Amino acid sequence: MKLKFLVSCSIAALTALSAPAQAQTEIQWWHAMGGPLGEWVNDLAKGYNDSQKEYKVVATYKGSYPETLTAGIAAFRAGNAPDILQVFEVGTATMMASKGAIVPVGKVMKDSGLKFDPTGYVPAVAGYYTAPNGQMLSLPFNSSTTIFYYNKDAFKAAGLDPEKPPATWPEVTLAAAKLKASGHACPFTTSWISWTQLESFSAWHNVEFASKQNGLGGMDTRLTFNGPLQVRHIQNLENMAKQGLFVYKGRENKADATFPSGECAMMTGSAGLYGNVKKNAKFAYGLAPLPYYPDVQGAPQNTVIGGASLWVMSGKPADHYKGVASFFNYLSSPEVQAASHKRTGYLPITMASYKLTDSSGFYKENPGTDVAVNQMIRKVTDKSRGIRLGNFLQIRTIVDEELEQVWGGKKSAKDALDAAVKRGNEQLERFQAANKS
Amino acid sequence: MAIEKRVVFRSAWLPWLLIAPQALVIGVFFFWPAAQTILQSVQQQDAFGTSTEWVGLANFERIFSDPGYLASFKTTAIFSVLVAVGGIAVALVLAIFADRVIRGALAYKTLLIWPYAVAPAVAGVLWLFMFAPSIGVVAYALRQAGIPWNHLLNSNDAMTLIVLAAIWKQISYNFLFFLAGLNSIPKSLIEAAAIDGARPWRRFWTIVFPLLSPTTFFLLVINVVYAFFETFGIIDASTEGGPGKDTAILVYKVYYDGFKALDLGGSAAQSAVLMAIVATLTVIQFRFVEKKVNY
Repeated sequence: MKLKFLVSCSIAALTALSAPAQAQTEIQWWHAMGGPLGEWVNDLAKGYNDSQKEYKVVATYKGSYPETLTAGIAAFRAGNAPDILQVFEVGTATMMASKGAIVPVGKVMKDSGLKFDPTGYVPAVAGYYTAPNGQMLSLPFNSSTTIFYYNKDAFKAAGLDPEKPPATWPEVTLAAAKLKASGHACPFTTSWISWTQLESFSAWHNVEFASKQNGLGGMDTRLTFNGPLQVRHIQNLENMAKQGLFVYKGRENKADATFPSGECAMMTGSAGLYGNVKKNAKFAYGLAPLPYYPDVQGAPQNTVIGGASLWVMSGKPADHYKGVASFFNYLSSPEVQAASHKRTGYLPITMASYKLTDSSGFYKENPGTDVAVNQMIRKVTDKSRGIRLGNFLQIRTIVDEELEQVWGGKKSAKDALDAAVKRGNEQLERFQAANKS
Repeated sequence: MAIEKRVVFRSAWLPWLLIAPQALVIGVFFFWPAAQTILQSVQQQDAFGTSTEWVGLANFERIFSDPGYLASFKTTAIFSVLVAVGGIAVALVLAIFADRVIRGALAYKTLLIWPYAVAPAVAGVLWLFMFAPSIGVVAYALRQAGIPWNHLLNSNDAMTLIVLAAIWKQISYNFLFFLAGLNSIPKSLIEAAAIDGARPWRRFWTIVFPLLSPTTFFLLVINVVYAFFETFGIIDASTEGGPGKDTAILVYKVYYDGFKALDLGGSAAQSAVLMAIVATLTVIQFRFVEKKVNY
């Protein structure tokens, strides 16, 4: 009995001793990419794992963006945080404020000794994830922006020129009316209503969404999206809704499914929807820049980013950080970036990968895929650099709640935006109070 | 009426030992989390819990000064009454019919019990599909019948949707208890009434319903608790509290603020309020409604 115990003990000890010689360090990566995007993430992890032997990246799908963030936070509180957590742009301010929970990517890369050049990143993207002191806090991963999709077959059927997408909002209304007259039940819809119709809309017209450079300049930012231009736009959409030209399809990205299915003929949404449209649309489609109001000076400016970045969690052994740095280095290579950009429709986030994609002739072969890039690679202003707010998730829900009252005919555009600003500012005040440093 | 039988334990520790397993379960799964809730409701934490600040009753002040929170009391009351009354009534009807069926009774009963195995979020999605304005079967049928349906923008439609889903999910449970209750009513009583010339409707109201009252009362308590606590999955999967905040019942707000918005202090304060409401309701039910129950 005793002998047997001793033998099994020594076997266990031997295996334990010999293990590190061959075992790879596992890097846990929690992400929120489902469907075709999930396959993309798994391929990235596999590509990296096959490229070297020392580390093994394990990618785990944790549900939607908010669910992944919640799972990461719960795991951190329980002491089992993953090494890498994918957090959507809405959670950026929360992550930035949680200094004890994260390690800045700039520091991880510097400590690893690997050559890493943050200036190679597209400024409008990198700037969003960079601290005021210039240190990159998280690695831009899947960055998107808002673009306009339209169904060319439906345009033809309605007697519209399929090669001439509406460039301005008055043109959108006219096209929608023609589509409706041709029997289309859903001429225009949008997903991510706050992002497309207020956040990007404001930057596109070079109008502030919130004070203090839309929150990039400090936590004492307050919402300002109840200005005359935004009220005018929501009124315009309200009129379109009354005439059945704009059909509300729900919160978040619920409307996404209605474009590739052919139900809705025009839509504003994330550039990251491109992969889905390419795979599932059984009609000719076109991608176009976001519409604007031609009488507004300075429009079109640039749109703001959405999507997510990769955060490195604190409290891990040193070799994990080395592995994370090596993986991030792999992700930042122009080849990997360009392949991801072509596959998903997300932005090429380094200038090198943009040039590589361009020189490969991809944009010529796939017209419209450069729309998102062109909207982003522009000289930005203080009003258009990006929008980063605390409790942003709640603010977006508040916008959803208030605008639903407009489409439902219960509130005027002005009243709804005023109420959204007031309720949203309470969230900002609370965030500021909870995170005073 | 009943003859009292008392078993006297002479041992001092045996009773404690016997209730220990149950006490342990309640302690771990109720008292401990409840204590945590109350503790968190007087704290303000950042999302990752790296800093904790004692804020006294500030979280409570905040939620009670929010008009949206106060409005959700009314929403919750409407929702809970509809779910509890609707769920009990439908289950009772189904149980009475299932009780009368002779051939294939087992098949009917099994089918009626099935929905209980469905998770709330799945129930929400199922009903959402049927009522989805553009692709739903029921929404299509309604449109053909000339009734416009849009729960995305019409509050009554949205409330109808979540009430239906919540009732459907709970019918099985109610049904099981009613069926057992009906089985325990002596057939001789009903037959005697029938011989006296009482029609089925009269037999139901004067004999069956009063004899079922302990079951009905029990189910009332259970269903109110269900409507208050266990329905957030249905709402999250179907309406997300919209349009506006018109289907955001109290427990959905607890879930949203805690798990999506990461405001643990505010969520815990709402939880504590919810706990107090349900406790009060249960006491009221036992004090007033139970007096009408015949055991």
